[in-house]
Amino acid sequence: MKRSITYYLSLTLLAGFVLFSTAEIKAESEVNTCLECHIENDIMPMDFHEDDVHQHAEISCAGCHGGDPLEEDMDESMSVENGYIGIPELADIPAFCGKCHSKIEYMRVFQPRIQTDQVDQYYTSTHGMKLKGGDKKVAQCSSCHTSHGILPAKDTRSSVHAFNIPQTCNQCHGDAELMASTGHGTSQLDDYAGSVHGKALIEKGDTGSPACNDCHGNHGAAPPGVESVNHICGSCHLNNMEYFKTSIMGKSSESAEYHTCEQCHGNHAIYKPGDEFLNVHESSLCLECHSEDDEGYVAAETMYMQITQADSLYQEAQLHLHDIQIKGMNDVDIQYKLKDAKQNLIQLRTMVHTFDPIQITEKAGEGKQLSQTAITLAGLEISEFNQRRLGFGISTLVFVLLAFALYLKIKQIDNNKNITN
Amino acid sequence: MKQSSKQKTFSWLDDRLDLKPLVEMMDHKKVPIHSHTMWYYMGGVTLFLFLVQLFTGILLLMYYRPGEDSAYESIQFILTEVQFGWLFRNVHAWSANLMVLFAFIHMFSVVFTRAFSKPRELTWVSGFLLLLLSMFFGFSGYLLPWNELAFFATKVGTDIVGAVPFIGEQLKIIIRGGEDVTGATLSRFFGLHVAILPAITFLILSFHLLLVQRQGISEPRHFHEQPAEKKRYMSFFPDFVLRDALLWLIINIIVLYLAVFYPWDLGLKADALASAPMGIKPEWYFMFMFETLKIIPPHVWFIEGETFGILLFGVAAVLWMAVPFARFRGKQIVDSKWITILGVFTITYMVVLTIIGYI
Repeated sequence: MKRSITYYLSLTLLAGFVLFSTAEIKAESEVNTCLECHIENDIMPMDFHEDDVHQHAEISCAGCHGGDPLEEDMDESMSVENGYIGIPELADIPAFCGKCHSKIEYMRVFQPRIQTDQVDQYYTSTHGMKLKGGDKKVAQCSSCHTSHGILPAKDTRSSVHAFNIPQTCNQCHGDAELMASTGHGTSQLDDYAGSVHGKALIEKGDTGSPACNDCHGNHGAAPPGVESVNHICGSCHLNNMEYFKTSIMGKSSESAEYHTCEQCHGNHAIYKPGDEFLNVHESSLCLECHSEDDEGYVAAETMYMQITQADSLYQEAQLHLHDIQIKGMNDVDIQYKLKDAKQNLIQLRTMVHTFDPIQITEKAGEGKQLSQTAITLAGLEISEFNQRRLGFGISTLVFVLLAFALYLKIKQIDNNKNITN
Repeated sequence: MKQSSKQKTFSWLDDRLDLKPLVEMMDHKKVPIHSHTMWYYMGGVTLFLFLVQLFTGILLLMYYRPGEDSAYESIQFILTEVQFGWLFRNVHAWSANLMVLFAFIHMFSVVFTRAFSKPRELTWVSGFLLLLLSMFFGFSGYLLPWNELAFFATKVGTDIVGAVPFIGEQLKIIIRGGEDVTGATLSRFFGLHVAILPAITFLILSFHLLLVQRQGISEPRHFHEQPAEKKRYMSFFPDFVLRDALLWLIINIIVLYLAVFYPWDLGLKADALASAPMGIKPEWYFMFMFETLKIIPPHVWFIEGETFGILLFGVAAVLWMAVPFARFRGKQIVDSKWITILGVFTITYMVVLTIIGYI
């Protein structure tokens, strides 16, 4: 079929139009007079970061601040008619960010499973409630996330990455002047940095260790109430919480406001727990509430004795294992037993949260049995080692006698033949 | 005259096997007595250690199970559960190393006493091949426990094979049974170690021993040139054999001592995904070659350093094997003092490079 000249002309014109329109659109999208002018006059925001998450999502300055970024004239570009908002008031910032971040229809384009309740959560937080009450010194979105250098939380450069959260919170919570009116101290970061959690996160880079927000929440940040402390610690320390809930202490804590995790372990300064917490001497935590003539005292004494006995037997078995390994003997079964004994010790120390000396005694008995079996096995290996030496000694004696007999025979033959070497 | 039971047994066997000529040969076989007589025992010690290998190897074979998931575990089982398994495994490992050591000593004693000169050229060639075979035995056996060090050492060792000109890559894939050291490599090395190498060794060893018996014991030149009345000999049987047996007993005690007091480490199980551990070293008898490859520059002329090294060792081995045949200006060079100098240089080079490898 023949095509007419008009057909080809129309096709060419259409293609030209499409290409031209696309080029025009692209050119428009690349124009950002806000940036051009602010860069030219060196008045860029202090916290501007070229990897800002909005910049990467191609949300221009006008996306938040309003105005017309295509307009060359500054007055026109930043006119109220063009929707220019300018710098929002501190009290307006949550709503300012929330106009996009609270809309799932908009946000799911970027991340289908993204949370959109940050603003709602924020107003339940101490920060949000104070802001609502007119306190303009409290933290709002940009206090933690920054304004123009917002990076995804998983980016290690982000102010809200796990590594950086303690410092981010400390910007305000470490400021004595700012905190003066709140009644909070300012030692939280120092306390945290010296704690097991802080050391794991800051020194070892273990992001599995909790930062401030893991206990306090992030957008809904608030100091945990007495009733929620157990649940917060228990969200990681599951077994400890389960044991504690069923314990006599746990039950009491439901009716009276005491004996939560914090009471023994502290809050920001949670130090490595040790068996000495349980003893009935100076380092005891139990004696803070219990005295010599009550049940708690006896329970603490029993638990301490059982755990330290199991531990010292385990350490003794380890020494035997070391000896076996140096002698090059079979350590496989001993290692299995000691692995179980170590597991038992871990369980035993977790079970302390039952505060039940009967359960502890029973569990410690299992651990002691495992360590004792390992020691017995090590003894058998040592005796096998000695038997090998004895066997070698006897066989060597036999071989030497045989060699000597051979030597005598050779001498006898030599003498007979009068041959000398 | 009434025959004793011993004589009866002999004549019964002689009627069927014609043993008399063999006995006569044994009766007439003489071993020269001179200042270097002790070197005659080295071959016998090597043979004894080979027999120990054969015996302990067969016992280990009863329990060893080749395979990525079973090799290490089966050695662990041998060491911990099998009665005297620890002893046989340790004797096997120590005896293997001593066998290679004595094979080297035997070889160099042959060089210095010029025992490879005519008519014993083929004895030398077969002996040298046996030394190479014992090194292959060591290389293939090293991987069988499938532990970490052996795994990575085999990786390095087979990588070196890849540097052989033209056929290196293909050869490496054939040896490994694939691109990398895997369970397929273990199966191959097992097959080599327990079937192929023993079969070849059996043939060459038989040929070697046949030649030794057929040609008799070599006499060094200084002894050979002595007047007949000054030459002293001992009979092969029983004099030499009894002395041999005495030495074998002493070696046996030494091997047992090493096995009991210095058990061979099993180490950790090989993990292909783990990073290579520190201190990967080849067996001591490959160390001088390994160190040489390390000191050769990356490029020699237009040849890659590693390839150059492989070529160098290949050519050196062929030349070494051909020494008894070499002629210079129409004369054989076996009697030349240069052979002694070459032998001393080779030993010094091997010892120094091996020491460097371990410090």
